[in-house]
Amino acid sequence: MTSDLVLGKITTDNMKMIFVKDRAFTAIFLIFLFLVPSFIFSQAGIEVVVDLEILAPTEINAFDTPNDAGENITVTWETPEDPSGIIVGYEIFKSENKETGFTMVSFVGKGTGEFKNRTQDKVVYYYKVRAKTEDCKFSPFSEISEGVVSRPQLFHTGRINVLVAVVVFLCLLMFFVSTARKGKSLFIRRIAGLDALDEAVGRATEMGKPILYVPGLSSMSDVATIASINILGPVAKKVAEYESMVLVPCADPIVMTVAHQVVKESFLEAGRPDAFNEDMVFFLTDSQFGFVAAVDGIMVREKPATNLFLGMFWAESLILAETGNMTGAIQIAGTDAVSQLPFFVTACDYTIIGEELYAASAYLSKIPVLVGSLKAQDIGKAFLIIVIFAMFILSIVNTGFFLAIATRNTFLSRIIEFFQGLFNV
Amino acid sequence: MRRKIPLAIAFVFGIIMIIQFFIPHRISVEFYRNMLNALVIVGIFYYILAVSSLIRVHRGKIKRKKPGWGYSYVTLISLVVTAVIGVLGGAYQATRITSWFVQHFHWQIEQGTGLMVIYTYIQIPMGATMFSLLAFFIASAAFRAFKARSLTAVLLLVTAFVVMLGRVPIGALLTRRLPEIFHLTNIVEWILKYPNMAAQRGILMGIGLGMIATSLKIILGIERGYLGGGD
Repeated sequence: MTSDLVLGKITTDNMKMIFVKDRAFTAIFLIFLFLVPSFIFSQAGIEVVVDLEILAPTEINAFDTPNDAGENITVTWETPEDPSGIIVGYEIFKSENKETGFTMVSFVGKGTGEFKNRTQDKVVYYYKVRAKTEDCKFSPFSEISEGVVSRPQLFHTGRINVLVAVVVFLCLLMFFVSTARKGKSLFIRRIAGLDALDEAVGRATEMGKPILYVPGLSSMSDVATIASINILGPVAKKVAEYESMVLVPCADPIVMTVAHQVVKESFLEAGRPDAFNEDMVFFLTDSQFGFVAAVDGIMVREKPATNLFLGMFWAESLILAETGNMTGAIQIAGTDAVSQLPFFVTACDYTIIGEELYAASAYLSKIPVLVGSLKAQDIGKAFLIIVIFAMFILSIVNTGFFLAIATRNTFLSRIIEFFQGLFNV
Repeated sequence: MRRKIPLAIAFVFGIIMIIQFFIPHRISVEFYRNMLNALVIVGIFYYILAVSSLIRVHRGKIKRKKPGWGYSYVTLISLVVTAVIGVLGGAYQATRITSWFVQHFHWQIEQGTGLMVIYTYIQIPMGATMFSLLAFFIASAAFRAFKARSLTAVLLLVTAFVVMLGRVPIGALLTRRLPEIFHLTNIVEWILKYPNMAAQRGILMGIGLGMIATSLKIILGIERGYLGGGD
């Protein structure tokens, strides 16, 4: 057959062979015909994307980071338009020389136009930025920023509104305290939970059972704990007068020491130092649920006639209050933890809500200067309500002519900014 | 004098800390950090008082054979055993003693130290057990709270029912054919976002002012209850 082919003789077999070979050739040819151009075109397609010019970031600005402890410079820039979405981020370069020596200090993701750089104070720095694409190509560099030096600030300008609010409140406080000192009687509304304290202590005395006082699970640096300790004093004094007994389990060693001293002093003041027992105030554990288990155990074993939960509580609030409820004790709770208030309201007889906890010491002691401070709180609250109402009105007329007048009038716009800042606080 | 010195300390440090709040300079930041560190160090020393209180109370219970005095033994033994294991064996990193035990007795301590074993296999499960009680207490508290005795209780009941139903998939399923505004999930969102949030913010405002007032009263020496013995 081979010789036939060589000799150019075409037989049937030869015909078949040629046809088969032709088919194979045609197929290979067709494959090449489609694949090669498609590869070329696809490559060309990629090239088109890659060749898209990425614009450099613009309006680069470097400045000393405001209101900080120094050693920090903020760099901002305008991100270039990126319709094809190929930019993955920006590289930030820094140098102490405007002409040369730039080194990359960081890379930030796309969409970011700000970077805070750790620096040395009293050294001039220059910055420039460039965009980076997903296939590691780069835009041209932005312009080089002006030289900038970082330095620490002596006053936090962002907290001016806090300062103003504190000073105003301090003035109100001093005014009402001095008014109270002059002997002017100030009205203070009834707080049922605090009125019930007398009844609660009396009940425990009649039943011959102790009073359980839990000053919360927080530390002494929590204002709610301080408020609770302020209430513990009058309660312990009453307990001493009624010759009853108070149990104060603590979850914090410092709170335990302070509570111990307060109870001891109260017994002394009531003229019953002999009735004070060192074991009245004791430490249990600082573990949240370990503390709960121990206090629940005390409630079940000792069956206190009165349970007082005053201070800062978390998830343990309902476990404590429900156990106390089951033992049949009269319960008074007070906390500034808003999320725990519903649990106390449900499971306790009386609940001291939020600010009432802070008002308790004034309410119980009836000391004029303390009652005066409550008036300052009320005025402060009224002021806040007015501010909120004013802001509400401003937000309604935000799109109207009022805003236009306000923006044209620098003084008015500053007042609005001040109130907005105060509102944010 | 016993009262004047603590009051003076509270005043001086209170004023300093207020001033510190408005100064972002690194000296001020460093001072604040040192104060916090000092608080931590003092707090650690207070644990000596705390442990002595714990021992005194439980020793008294054992001595007087008060009901449940046997548990006081458990507490004291646990305290000593945990402390010994922690001090000798290390808290996070194994000491030589722990390594010696591991080598000679072929112990395998996955947590690294004996103290962490106690923490992982005793304290965490016990804490979780107590926490799990919350589910049952929520049910019993809800049953009591939702009794429709008055108009406000009925309002509470209805709102709670709507919120609970809106938080589970069946709530969304029940109202899916209604206009979007009546979808339970949207109603719940509205209740939580507006009436509920408004009430919470009202309370929070009062709390904020109360905190400032209490702090200022303590700094200025007007409030002295924390010193004990009333005014």
